[in-house]
Amino acid sequence: MKYTAKKLLLAAVTMVIVSFLAFLAFQIIPGDPTTTLLGTDATPERVEALRHSLGLDRPFLVRYGSWVAGFFRGALGTSYSYSMPVGSMLGGKIPITGLLTGLSFVLIVAVSLPVGLLSSQKENSRLDQVLDAVNQVLMAVPPFFTGILLTYVFGLVLKWFTPGSFVAPGENFGACLRYLIFPAVAIALPRIAMTVKMLRSSMQSELRRAGYVRTAYSRGDSRRRVLYGHVLRNALVPVVTFLAMTMADIVAGSVVIEQVFAIPGMGQLLLRSVSTRDFPVVQAIIVIIAFWVVLVNFLADVINQRIDPRLRLQ
Amino acid sequence: MLEIQDLHVRFHDSDHEAVRGIDLTVNDGEIVGLVGESGSGKTVTAMTVAGLLECDRVEKRGALHLDGCDLLRCDRETLRTVQGKDIGIVFQEPMNAMNPLMRIGPQVEESLLAHTKMRKEERRRLALAAMADAELSNPEGIYGKYPHELSGGMLQRVMIAAAIVSEPKLLLADEPTTALDVTIQAQILRLLKKLNGEKGMSILFISHNLNVVRKLCSRVAVMEKGKIVETGSTDQVFYHPRAEYTKRLIAAIPTRRKIT
Amino acid sequence: MKRKNTSLYIGLVLAGLVALLVVVGCFWTPYEPTAMSGSAKFLAPSWRHWFGTDNFGRDIFSRVMKGAGTTFFISLCTVAIGASAGIVVGSLTGYFGGWVDDVLMRLNDAMTAFPSILLALVLISLLGPGEYHIILALGLVFIPSYARVVRSEFARQKELNYVSSARLMGAGNLRILFVHMLPNTGPVLLPAIVIGFNNAVLAEASMSYLGIGVQPPGASLGYMLSESQSYLGKAPWYALCTGLTIVVLILGFSLISQGLRRRKKRRRC
Repeated sequence: MKYTAKKLLLAAVTMVIVSFLAFLAFQIIPGDPTTTLLGTDATPERVEALRHSLGLDRPFLVRYGSWVAGFFRGALGTSYSYSMPVGSMLGGKIPITGLLTGLSFVLIVAVSLPVGLLSSQKENSRLDQVLDAVNQVLMAVPPFFTGILLTYVFGLVLKWFTPGSFVAPGENFGACLRYLIFPAVAIALPRIAMTVKMLRSSMQSELRRAGYVRTAYSRGDSRRRVLYGHVLRNALVPVVTFLAMTMADIVAGSVVIEQVFAIPGMGQLLLRSVSTRDFPVVQAIIVIIAFWVVLVNFLADVINQRIDPRLRLQ
Repeated sequence: MLEIQDLHVRFHDSDHEAVRGIDLTVNDGEIVGLVGESGSGKTVTAMTVAGLLECDRVEKRGALHLDGCDLLRCDRETLRTVQGKDIGIVFQEPMNAMNPLMRIGPQVEESLLAHTKMRKEERRRLALAAMADAELSNPEGIYGKYPHELSGGMLQRVMIAAAIVSEPKLLLADEPTTALDVTIQAQILRLLKKLNGEKGMSILFISHNLNVVRKLCSRVAVMEKGKIVETGSTDQVFYHPRAEYTKRLIAAIPTRRKIT
Repeated sequence: MKRKNTSLYIGLVLAGLVALLVVVGCFWTPYEPTAMSGSAKFLAPSWRHWFGTDNFGRDIFSRVMKGAGTTFFISLCTVAIGASAGIVVGSLTGYFGGWVDDVLMRLNDAMTAFPSILLALVLISLLGPGEYHIILALGLVFIPSYARVVRSEFARQKELNYVSSARLMGAGNLRILFVHMLPNTGPVLLPAIVIGFNNAVLAEASMSYLGIGVQPPGASLGYMLSESQSYLGKAPWYALCTGLTIVVLILGFSLISQGLRRRKKRRRC
């Protein structure tokens, strides 16, 4: 319990620091947005009026405080480009990116765990060497290239889907999933390779160095029992941490993939906002993603603590 | 019961044999000590008896029988029927030999799980009984704990309990007291002697510490560089050593008598 | 040596191939990369045009040579910035320790958790697009990973004998750090630099693909890939050849890094 509370506190402090830095980066450093909004030939009175209405003439900490308060209410600022509340802009897009991310993660876990375990069982066999080579290649292919290849093979040649014709989940969930599976595969492939490699090396290092492996064999355990009953549990801790990092990584990956497949998600919005320097939107998205990263790492810590009781002492 | 004849063991990545033709017997109910310094081949012998050497890294020759069953054969199935059931092993470092993420209870029951189809309650009962036999004062309490919560001495008793729970014919103890405090050492030795007396379990005790061997074993074999240079009853070997090496080992034992 | 270090050799071949393209491309390309030709649009790969032509009739192979050169250049600069800053930071904190070390380590952990591409995006949004801004942004973003590797090596090695003896002989701290210890971190540092190079290539290609990296008319593999997407039906070789070049480059370097690590392992025995 103490361990969890400590980690929770750490997470909260991290969020405060991150949100502060993000605010600093996007509200203070770029300076005044009024010229972008009004144009260079606006009268000083209009500029002053706009600054006052946007609350830009308040002291820095007050602005930060009210932004944070607003965040909890769901008021995330107002877009420079569209003059819309950022919250409503994000509203429809977060579920889409969430779905894509979730699908990728499911794929990663569903494929890499069995493959990693299988390859650990059959160490140094032909299968294992082939898998290793495939892994190497998969990690070298940029996800957006995979996306383009998938678009070509499955979209244009086999015509299993029509590239660019994304269907919103609200309209037709099934069709949406059928479309999202391809970008999800593009995101997942290199990370499946990395997770398999991670799992394999973790299990191998346990098998090689752990004393309890020899003890288990001495009690008459079969190789399978040793692997799945003992080694797996011990090898899992670094894998869980790695999967948490992957979770965060996938979100970044979706920024690029959404472009490849023309998916109107959060990533695409982020990109547009970066290009047009629409700082309130960028800021809100970055903080949301940071929150996601902190949350996922916290969950990974909690899970690890359940697997490895020694961690509870720290 | 355990018969070793002309055993040769060579590791593939070495050009000389680790065990160069040894003969050793352990009869029912005996405690036999195998003494030697590091590199003498005593641990390799123990691991060969236990069947824990990886077959593709090792070349074995000779005869090794446990009640008639040939243990030099490499197929996993044959070895598995013996490991844990007829031979129980206690290793040197208990903290290292246990799975840090598993509770004590299931680890003591490990050989029961591997060899029998008992139900959980039955296994737990036998595990608790074995832990009591190993002189653990609170078996129920310890059952649910993790290895890092126990001291070295307690852990070694747990290891002993895990080794004897299936009532093996032979207990292989590979330097079980070397990593423990001296006071605990004495307790563990007494425990082993008691188990030997009560259950008639033979013990093959490997050590480099002559004093310890003298307290526990009825027969002793001395190994040097892969060969057995002397065997006999404990009294015989200690008070009337014949081999040079044995004499040197005995002379090297630190005593409280003044050096004149 | 029982097994030949095939990874290293294949890696060197692959990376060497691309490096050759890059070097040659600096001085000569089969065709002018920007030369358009109305009649030669969408030609499939042939002896005249090894990678075919694109929608403007430009020779793709020449453009790939130039683009690979840009990618190489940007990635090298990124590694240079990240590694040198990382070495300075990592060596100082690893050697001296103290509360500065603790704080920086926390900061490092936090930064690593956050995906680097997003951090780079943040920087680009502040700086604006363009080749040199990408170099700066990526260089800064990659500093923590180099710093971490260097720091842990320095922290480990400062307890070793050769450091104490150097100190006893009166060597100043700076001299110890950079003349004695730094070369010894080579075996760990070198694979990290190679991996960092790969990450930089991936990041640069992604950002150029997204349009916030190298801007046209500058050549860039990522930008070419994004262009090629519109013509997947008519000219799939455009995307395939460009993408494969990136894959070969990354694969080559990752095999080299794996080969280097295997050599280091064997030497230890």
